[in-house]
Amino acid sequence: MNTSTAPALQAGAHTHDLRRSIGEPRALRSTLLTVGAWIVALIAAVPLISVLYMLIIKGGSRFSLDLFTELPPAGFELGGGFGNAIVGTLVMVGIAALISIPIGILAAIYLAELAPTSRLAAVTRFLGKVLTGFPSILAGVFIYAAVVLTMGTYSALAGGISLAVLMLPTLVLTAEEAMKTVPRKMKDAALGMGCTRTQMIWKIVLPTGLPGILTGVMLGIARVSGESAPLLFTALFSNYWLHSTTEPTASLSILIYNFSSMPFDNQIELAWAASLVLVLIVLVFNILSRIIGRSKF
Amino acid sequence: MAENPFIKVAGGAGITQPPSSAEFLADRSFRFLAQVGAAVIIVLVAYILWEIGGQAMPAIREYHLGFLASSVWDVQQHRFGILPEIWGTLYSSLLALMIAGFFGVTVAIFLTQDFLPPRLAVIFRTVIDMLAAIPSVVFGLWGIFVVIPAIRPLADWLHQTVGFIPFFSTSLSGPGLLPATLVLSIMILPTVAAISQDAFRLVPYRTKEAAYGMGATRWEVILRVMVPTASGGIFSAMVLGFGRALGETMALAMLIGNSNQISLSLFSPANTLASLLASHFPEAGQVEVHALMYAALVLLAITLIVNVVGIGILTMTQRKFAGK
Repeated sequence: MNTSTAPALQAGAHTHDLRRSIGEPRALRSTLLTVGAWIVALIAAVPLISVLYMLIIKGGSRFSLDLFTELPPAGFELGGGFGNAIVGTLVMVGIAALISIPIGILAAIYLAELAPTSRLAAVTRFLGKVLTGFPSILAGVFIYAAVVLTMGTYSALAGGISLAVLMLPTLVLTAEEAMKTVPRKMKDAALGMGCTRTQMIWKIVLPTGLPGILTGVMLGIARVSGESAPLLFTALFSNYWLHSTTEPTASLSILIYNFSSMPFDNQIELAWAASLVLVLIVLVFNILSRIIGRSKF
Repeated sequence: MAENPFIKVAGGAGITQPPSSAEFLADRSFRFLAQVGAAVIIVLVAYILWEIGGQAMPAIREYHLGFLASSVWDVQQHRFGILPEIWGTLYSSLLALMIAGFFGVTVAIFLTQDFLPPRLAVIFRTVIDMLAAIPSVVFGLWGIFVVIPAIRPLADWLHQTVGFIPFFSTSLSGPGLLPATLVLSIMILPTVAAISQDAFRLVPYRTKEAAYGMGATRWEVILRVMVPTASGGIFSAMVLGFGRALGETMALAMLIGNSNQISLSLFSPANTLASLLASHFPEAGQVEVHALMYAALVLLAITLIVNVVGIGILTMTQRKFAGK
C-alpha cells in the first residue's frame, strides 16, 4: 500500500513523500492496534498450551499399564487405576451413538432431502439449533426424571441415553449440511433414471455424503465423551467393573470430578492421568472427524 | 395399499422399469420413517419441558414465585430459594462474556483480516477450536491447580491495597468467582470466536476493498467498516456464548465454591444454578429434588430464551447477507 497519506498532501509544505510514514497518527494507530491484536491472540493461545502442558507433565508422570487394568483406590490406598471408568465411558458413549446415529441421520435425510422447506423441517431445524446450546446438566436432570426414577436405579443405560440427547442435535445439523453438499445434478440424474426417492438417498446421497456424515458422528462422539454433568446423577459412579448396563457405572469424567476434591496425593495424580486419557479419547475422535472431513470427493 | 402411480404412467413395458410395488412400498415407509426421525426432535424438546416441569410442579405449588426471590436453602426446614444462584449465574456469565467477547472478537479479526498467512491462520484456528474439545472437568482440575494459585498473589494484593472497592472487598480463600469466571471465559471463547469469524467472512469482499480503495488504513477498515457490517453476527456470537456460559456446569461446580451468598466481590465464593444442581442433586431427598427441578426449570427457561434470541438474530443476519 504505497498510497500517499492525506494530511501530507494537504500540508503541501513538505515534499510529496509517497511512502507511508510510521509517525503519521493514522498509520501509527493502525500499527499499535496490530501489535495489540497480536498480543491478544497470543494470550488467547496460552490457556490451551498450559492445559496441555499440565496434562503431559502431571498426567504423563503417572502413566502406566496399571491405570488401564486396575480399579480406583480407596482413601489412603496407593497405586490403583481406572480401568472400570474407561470401560464405563466407552460403553455409555457407545449406547449414545447407537441411539442417536439412526435417529439423527433419518432426521437429517428428512431435513435435507425429503421436505427441506416444510413446516416440520423448519421447526425441527430450529429446535435442533436450540438444543445444541442446551445445558448438559439439564440432560441429566431430564433423564433422571424420565429414566432413573422409572427404572428405580442409576445405570449405564440412563447415562448413555442422556449423552444421546446431547449428541443428537450436533449429528442432525452436520449430517444435513453434508447431504446438502451432494451435487443436485447427481440426485436429479438418479431420479431421472427412475429411482424412487429412497433408492436415490441410499445409492447416491448417503454414499456421497458419507465423509461429512461421519465427521458429524465423530464430532458428536468427541463432544459427549468428555461430558460429566449429565452422568452425575444418571450413571452415578462405581468402584467395580461393569457387569450389566442396569447398574451404576463409573466414567472417567466423574472419576476426575470425585478425585479432584480429595485430600490424597495419589487420587490427585490419578485425576490428572485420567484427564490425560480423557483428552486423548476426545482428541482422537476430533482428529478423526477432521481427517474424514478432508477426504471429500 | 396405495396405488402405484409409476405403473399407471409407464405401463410396465420397455427397457426402463417402473419401481415395483415392493420398491414403491419401501419408498413410502422409508419416507415415513425419516419424517418420524425429524419429529423425534420436536417430541424430545416437548418431553423435556413436560418432564422437568412435571417434577417441578410440587415445588412450584409450594413456593410459587417467592422461590426466585428467597436466598435460603434449608433442607431440614424445607425452605428453598435460588436468588443467590440466579445472581451468581448471571454475574459470572456476564463477566465471562466481557472477557471472552473482547478476546473472541479480537481473535476473529486476527484470523479473518489477513494478519496471518493462510496456513498459519488454519493452525491458530485449530488451537482455538481445540479449547472447545477440552472437557469441562479437565478445565475444572486445571483451574484448581493452576489458575487459583496463579491469581492468588494478585488477588491478595488487590484486596489489601484497594479493598474498599466492592469488587475486591473479600480475600480469595481458594475457590471463588474470579477463578470460575476466568475458566468460564476460556470455555466460551471458541464459541464466540467461531461465530464472529463466520460473521466477518459473510461481509462481501467488495465492501472491504471499497474502504481500502478510499485510502483507509487497515484498522480504519476493520473498526469502521467490517465490525459495523458484521455487528449482527458478532452480537449473536455474544448471545450464544452467554447461553453457553449460563449452562456450564462442572468447571464452575469445582471452582466457584458453592456458597449460598450474594456478593459483588470477585474473590468471594458464589454459586450458580447449574452447579447447585450438580452439587445437591446426587444426595437429594424427595422434597429437595422437587425444589431442584424447579431450579432446573428456571435454568432451562433462561437458556432457552437466550438461545432462541441468539439463533433468531443469527438467522436474520445470515438472511440479510444472502439476499445481497
